[in-house]
Amino acid sequence: MWENIKSFASTFFVTGDPLIYGADVSIVLTMFAIVFVLTKYQKWGWLWREWLTTVDHKKIGIMYLIASLLMLFRGGVDALLMRLQLAFPNIEFLHSDHYNAIFTTHGTIMILFMAMPMMFALFNIVVPLQLGARDVAYPFLNALSFWLFMAGAMLFNISFVIGGSPDTGWLAYPPLSGIEFSPGPGQNFYIWGIQISGIGSLATGINFLVTILKMRAPGMKLMKMPLFSWSVLSSCVMIIFAFPILTVTLALLFIDRFLGAHFFTMAGGGNPMMYLNLIWMWGHPEVYIVVVPAFGIFSEIVATFSKKVIFGYKSMVIALMTIAVASFFTWAHHFFTMGTDASVIAFFAISTMVIAIPTGVKVFNWLFTMFRGRISFQQPMLWTIAFIPCFLVGGATGVMLAVAPADYQYHNSYFLIAHFHQVLIGGVVFGYLAGIYYWWPKMFGFKLDERLGKWGFWLWNIGFYVCFMPQYALGFMGMTRRYYTYGWDMGWAPLNLVSTVGAFLMGAGFIFQVWQIAYSIKHGERDKTGDPWNGRTLEWSIPSPAPMYNFAIEPRVKEADDWWRIKQEKANGTYQEEKIELEPIHMPKNSGIPIIMSGFWFIAGFGFTFEWVWMAVIGLIGVAACMWARSFDYDTDYYIPVDEIKRTEASLGRGV
Amino acid sequence: MAQAMTHHEHGHAHDHDHGHEHHEQLKVLGFWIFVVTDCVLFGTLFATYAVLMHNYAGGPTAKELFELPGIIASTFILLTSSFTSGLAVLAMHKRNVKQMIGWLIVTALLGLAFVVLEVNEFAHLVGEGATISTSAFLSAFYVLVGTHGLHVTLGLFWMVALMIQLKRRGITPVTKRKVTNLSLYWHFLDVVWIFLFTVVYLMGVM
Amino acid sequence: MSHHDNHVHSENHGSLKSYVIGFVLSIVLTIIPLVLVMNNVMSGGPLVITIMVMAVLQLFVQLFFFMHIREGEKPRYNVQALILGAVIVFTIVAGSMWIMTFNI
Repeated sequence: MWENIKSFASTFFVTGDPLIYGADVSIVLTMFAIVFVLTKYQKWGWLWREWLTTVDHKKIGIMYLIASLLMLFRGGVDALLMRLQLAFPNIEFLHSDHYNAIFTTHGTIMILFMAMPMMFALFNIVVPLQLGARDVAYPFLNALSFWLFMAGAMLFNISFVIGGSPDTGWLAYPPLSGIEFSPGPGQNFYIWGIQISGIGSLATGINFLVTILKMRAPGMKLMKMPLFSWSVLSSCVMIIFAFPILTVTLALLFIDRFLGAHFFTMAGGGNPMMYLNLIWMWGHPEVYIVVVPAFGIFSEIVATFSKKVIFGYKSMVIALMTIAVASFFTWAHHFFTMGTDASVIAFFAISTMVIAIPTGVKVFNWLFTMFRGRISFQQPMLWTIAFIPCFLVGGATGVMLAVAPADYQYHNSYFLIAHFHQVLIGGVVFGYLAGIYYWWPKMFGFKLDERLGKWGFWLWNIGFYVCFMPQYALGFMGMTRRYYTYGWDMGWAPLNLVSTVGAFLMGAGFIFQVWQIAYSIKHGERDKTGDPWNGRTLEWSIPSPAPMYNFAIEPRVKEADDWWRIKQEKANGTYQEEKIELEPIHMPKNSGIPIIMSGFWFIAGFGFTFEWVWMAVIGLIGVAACMWARSFDYDTDYYIPVDEIKRTEASLGRGV
Repeated sequence: MAQAMTHHEHGHAHDHDHGHEHHEQLKVLGFWIFVVTDCVLFGTLFATYAVLMHNYAGGPTAKELFELPGIIASTFILLTSSFTSGLAVLAMHKRNVKQMIGWLIVTALLGLAFVVLEVNEFAHLVGEGATISTSAFLSAFYVLVGTHGLHVTLGLFWMVALMIQLKRRGITPVTKRKVTNLSLYWHFLDVVWIFLFTVVYLMGVM
Repeated sequence: MSHHDNHVHSENHGSLKSYVIGFVLSIVLTIIPLVLVMNNVMSGGPLVITIMVMAVLQLFVQLFFFMHIREGEKPRYNVQALILGAVIVFTIVAGSMWIMTFNI
């Protein structure tokens, strides 16, 4: 009996590496600490009622934000470990297996469990407020999306200490990711972690699409909608068409592994290249899904901090929607080297270059907005200005990669690595950080400290170029991605060391930002007005943080920058306030079903991962039971009475 | 596209006078969009089938395996159930709960017959040694057809849940919206089957 | 409830007639390709094209007679989503076939 348990545990838990034992200990200690604090201060009920069961988009947004920052930390540690290993030739800091696992989890976490939730955080916090809406179209589904993401993320992350991490790259190409070459649960963790959170992402896409199309305040025609909301619309259009492809692709890979099918195997008539074809049909739109909302954020910030209307609003909208559609026609440029017909290569090389045009249009629009504006260089604007040159270089190297004959040289080299980090860090991370600084007062009611933020900003920026510029050169020098070590004779040592220094500078920047948040909770400048940046759009017309119903009175919108219009009219005395009586506000009730159902998804995913069918069946039955329970629940909403609205508004310093 | 979208905007989109009614209509639109995403899901499976359909790997071919009479029966059964689910919606608009539940029962029974026939077909094929791991063609076949069958099965459970709710609550804005969505889903599954029938079976025996 | 009733009458949900027409058309459009395939009237490319056209026609029959795509409040976002979805599905299927023909 004891022997059985021991042999089970030795395969079930990941053993033999001091780094992982350290992680084990810290996980157990953290969990004890959380349980202890919650019990001691009797906060379990509060946690359940206020957060775990909430359907309030603002709270869900904050939970997304916290989760994504934790994932940024985990993915960042992975990156630093890799850079340490590559700092000098021939070092044995990480073994090759461990290195493979780390670059896999780094990529997967950064795209799917960091960028996606950070994006959803901003969707949730900003979009309904910008539209003048009281919630998203489907608040219950919104909570479910979040908890599905959490279940997926947790499933993916426990592979670190239980069962073994996936180690076949962030897109898990077969045949390497097939059962023959990657037996064991690691690859299944990858499949089910992404699969479960992917369902949540798809639901979020539908949710925000309908929210934007149908929940806008009266008078806000689509062409009067703020550009961030437009960018979310564009992103959601891509989500709803791209994510089903991912679901199918991963399901087919799992069926190959679990049932011995032959979709992507070498034997039995399967075709591994079909996997690449399918995964990039999702993967290419996916990078646009995460970057397009960043474009929206920059558009808001540039206008606000230049105190000007955005230049070329219409062309911005057209560019966003063109990108949404065109992103589905470029996928094959990720595998030019597959060896295919010249017609295929020509089509995808040209379509890739074409998609650079709408992006270029947007850059010019931002520049023209700043031109002759009264620019104030506060934190959100700093990140925006840093973004433009960074993204420009990233875009230019992207066009270089699109030149198919040259791509045979660049393919899978560090040139590619440098390129996509430049667009993803320079575009997505800078964009989301700018957005977080910009809307932070709206979320929490205080600004983040400028001085510490500037330290973080400069460390990130200098660190970025120090880290990635050498990698372009390393690519030309023949260094390909996923090498876990190299010899002195290659001549790559100096540039690799420089790159590692840059990575640690970015890490230091992150630490400054964590410090900045901790410091600002106590000392940050309080936002009493609800409009700390002299904003232009509706979210700045309400108190910070917004009351649970957002708008006591539904705004009546006349212009694109409607809050700016109201402020201007108030200043020159032409503002006419419509007298609107308060009415009871219709609100959704909290529900425990989303978190419970996601828990069952987690159980099902865990069962499939270890191929314990009984456990998977239990999980799926639980999921079905939750859906059944929800279907029979007709008591899902309530009204906030007028008295309560009046009291809340008065306590926020707003007479109604 | 942007132009087209703004075209018919009335600005009353968020009118709370509608209250519940408005919310239920929102859910119909959301469900439509979900159905479109499901189209993409099936499209991906069709693409996989189209690429792998001739990779028999020495195993049985489509022509050897498929027996059309059973498939033709399935096709007409599902087509009829799509029609009867439409009749249920008609009864709903006439506010005739009894007739409505009656048509839903007919629809569900036809759906059940379809699933039984499919399970039967699969069992028969496996019995002949044509399993999911025989060849890429059969992997793609089982997953494409099986995913559709799974959708029909889930629809059956949904239908049962709705019949119970209709019995308890009658025709309300909420149950109406649910039945509208269900019938939409059911028509959609019929459309998917038409393409399955054409691409997998008819082209298979050609 | 009265408000709700008014709303219903202003809409049109198809009639028994439209359902029956749709049903009959669907049956016809199923039988034609079946007969063509079973009796070897045509073969190869033309046959594939013909039966695919029949399937697409039946899709439209179901969309118009069963799913009442012409009705519903404007703007018809559902129709826009469907059209874009059709474009994407076509891209997925045709694109995969095109790219993968060179890799077998």
